[in-house]
Amino acid sequence: MKTQITNILLVGVGGQGILLASEILAEAAMLSGFDVKKSEIHGMSQRGGSVVSHVRYGKEVFSPIVPEGEGDILFGFELMETYRSLSLLKPSGAVVANDLQISPPSILMGNDIYPLGLAESIKARFPDFLLVDGQKMAEEAGNVRAANTVLLGAVSRRLDIEEQYWMQALEKMVPARALAINQKAFLEGRSL
Amino acid sequence: MKEILSGNEAIARGAFESGCRVACAYPGTPSTEILENTINYKSINSSWAPNEKVALEVGIGASFGGGRALVTMKHVGINVAADPLFTLSYTGVNGGLVLVSADDPEMHSSQNEQDNRNYAKFAKVPMLEPSDSQECKDFTRLAFELSEKYDTPVMLRTTTRISHSKSIVHLDEPVTGLPEPKLTKNAAKLVMLPGNAKVRHPLVEERIVKLSADGATMAINRMELRDSSIGIITSGACFQYVREVLPEASTLKLGMVHPLPHALIREFASKVERLFVVEELDPFIEEQVKAMGLAVTGKEIFSLCGELTPDRVHKAFSKIGITTSAPKTAIAETVSAKMPPRPPNMCPGCPHRGVFYTLNQLKAYVSGDIGCYTLGFLPPLSAMDTCVCMGASIGMATGVTKVISPEEQKKVVAVIGDSTFLHTGINGLMDMVYNQAPATVIILDNRITAMTGRQDNPATGFTLMDNPTNRIDFPLLCKALGVKNIRLIDPFDLEQTRRVIQEEMNRPEPSVIITDKPCVLVKRDGVFQPDIALEVTEDKCVGCRACLKIGCPAIEWRPGDGNKGKAFIDPLLCTGCDVCRQLCKFDAIGRIK
Repeated sequence: MKTQITNILLVGVGGQGILLASEILAEAAMLSGFDVKKSEIHGMSQRGGSVVSHVRYGKEVFSPIVPEGEGDILFGFELMETYRSLSLLKPSGAVVANDLQISPPSILMGNDIYPLGLAESIKARFPDFLLVDGQKMAEEAGNVRAANTVLLGAVSRRLDIEEQYWMQALEKMVPARALAINQKAFLEGRSL
Repeated sequence: MKEILSGNEAIARGAFESGCRVACAYPGTPSTEILENTINYKSINSSWAPNEKVALEVGIGASFGGGRALVTMKHVGINVAADPLFTLSYTGVNGGLVLVSADDPEMHSSQNEQDNRNYAKFAKVPMLEPSDSQECKDFTRLAFELSEKYDTPVMLRTTTRISHSKSIVHLDEPVTGLPEPKLTKNAAKLVMLPGNAKVRHPLVEERIVKLSADGATMAINRMELRDSSIGIITSGACFQYVREVLPEASTLKLGMVHPLPHALIREFASKVERLFVVEELDPFIEEQVKAMGLAVTGKEIFSLCGELTPDRVHKAFSKIGITTSAPKTAIAETVSAKMPPRPPNMCPGCPHRGVFYTLNQLKAYVSGDIGCYTLGFLPPLSAMDTCVCMGASIGMATGVTKVISPEEQKKVVAVIGDSTFLHTGINGLMDMVYNQAPATVIILDNRITAMTGRQDNPATGFTLMDNPTNRIDFPLLCKALGVKNIRLIDPFDLEQTRRVIQEEMNRPEPSVIITDKPCVLVKRDGVFQPDIALEVTEDKCVGCRACLKIGCPAIEWRPGDGNKGKAFIDPLLCTGCDVCRQLCKFDAIGRIK
């Protein structure tokens, strides 16, 4: 499968805002002149289940789903979900993940424990691994809810889309009242 | 002008550009967002119907009145709407009528994965199948045109990957010059009594033959000749996977999957050495191609179950040596092991939680139904014993009481949501009362169709267009149906909930219990209001884990590193519903001061 397609996977927990982040990403890619496709399953996304969103862009994109083992970037909103989706990445792929743990039911009930050492074990396999304290940086930018945007900024550094298109996409997709904080959060992330 | 749209958004746009006047649906994943987007176009009258049959009938009426109509539903919704569909095939249309069937191969959010292409063949109506969002829009426009040209309803089939994927769509202006809708009388065409229907049926058969012949020159049925050693007939999402995995292969992309363009298929077959069909679920195209006497490979290498993906297409062709197995990274095997799963769960503050906890405690036999409350099946609530289809819980509860002992009859409880009850549960309750089945029905009225993402229904008091309207009075409705024992409960009051459910279970006659707390996701002002969050007083918590038995995502067990573990309540997630406090025997849970 020789293609010039860039494959990005956004993973996390339902309700974390993964769909919005993937929409900003897709919009920026389109503004930049690429063909773009995006896919995820969102039937139960508000009920706290695992969510995986696929975004692909390039000259011409066919499948909206990233073939297993061909992801260029894994954009993780939660640590365990990031780890769970590593197999989607190519061996030289990059991981940008939020340093956040959300416990699933079995852990909340005390029947399982949250796996230890996930970050170290991701780092061991994928040298291009950036762990971001999105919550803290977003709080500094003005609102903890902009954590996704900090992460998106960090991801943007690894993509061939110019800054102006990211800013245009943010302007279109983020509600006006939250725009200034999100722009700040994005640039903070982009400078990492 | 171009935009990134989902398949569903693009269908709504296509309807707008087609001059569609009426859009009607019952929500169902993955179809729901179509009507949530037609409301953005003021020229379309968009509405939720109580079920798919009514939705189609509303569309038929609009069509007979001369307006273009869009009706949408998930695959299993077509089962409900099948009755009008099969005869609509005979009457044909006046204004164009497009029926969207959003199928769900892989059952991402469904109870079965039926292949609704079979319905097009069964009902003898044409079916189009788009491969991306641009085609969703273009095919919707074409479907309206074909509907009027051939005097037939047209089905547009999507799958989850088409409805919920997004891609770039070029927008156009809406068509103009369509005839103004008005009442017209044409009984011979529209009154389907035997005498009239006998005249219509041959026209239906002729229509399919003509569509098949015309299909050979339709632009949406497209032959792309590349390497002639392999030719692949495909459609929908599978077309994209084929292009991704076998970019050199020749393809016959079918935009119309029923009726098949036989002449074009023969021509394509004659130009390639080896013929394949790549399709999800049933061998729908394959069997017809085989019946044409052509040698073709399909389900020998593809599963009858689940959706296809680029990986699955790749694996199928590598089985017969056409693609080479890509070396997978060793990561796949090591990663997935030992990770705790993350299933969906009822939200913190969900009014269903206390009811299912109680049903579990009472060891009820729970006849279940379709909605968020189906999650009551999962541990730790584990309080659902059956779930078949929309509205089935009450009929099944009646049925089971007919074959078990009077002592066991006391265990039978049907649970059903407000929207599902109005969808098709109400008929079950009529039967339960009519035939006096001694079961208990709990209507979980959370004032919204929650599972599909908060849609209004006839019991919420608002329409899809957000206009205030009549709100069905459940107690009065049940009374009118003849239910003598009607009880209202606060599902956050566990003592009351347990007492009332126990009393009604023991009663050897039909009874209905109605819960009256709203879904936490309802955003309309004044419907859901969170209370002050709860907290655990650490000194009082003895680590008995009683509060964990309700599986609330806001409550976390914190192991005590050698000391005794304790419960913790996340103040950001807690809505203050108070259910956990009532489970604590040590008074360790209280409102945050």
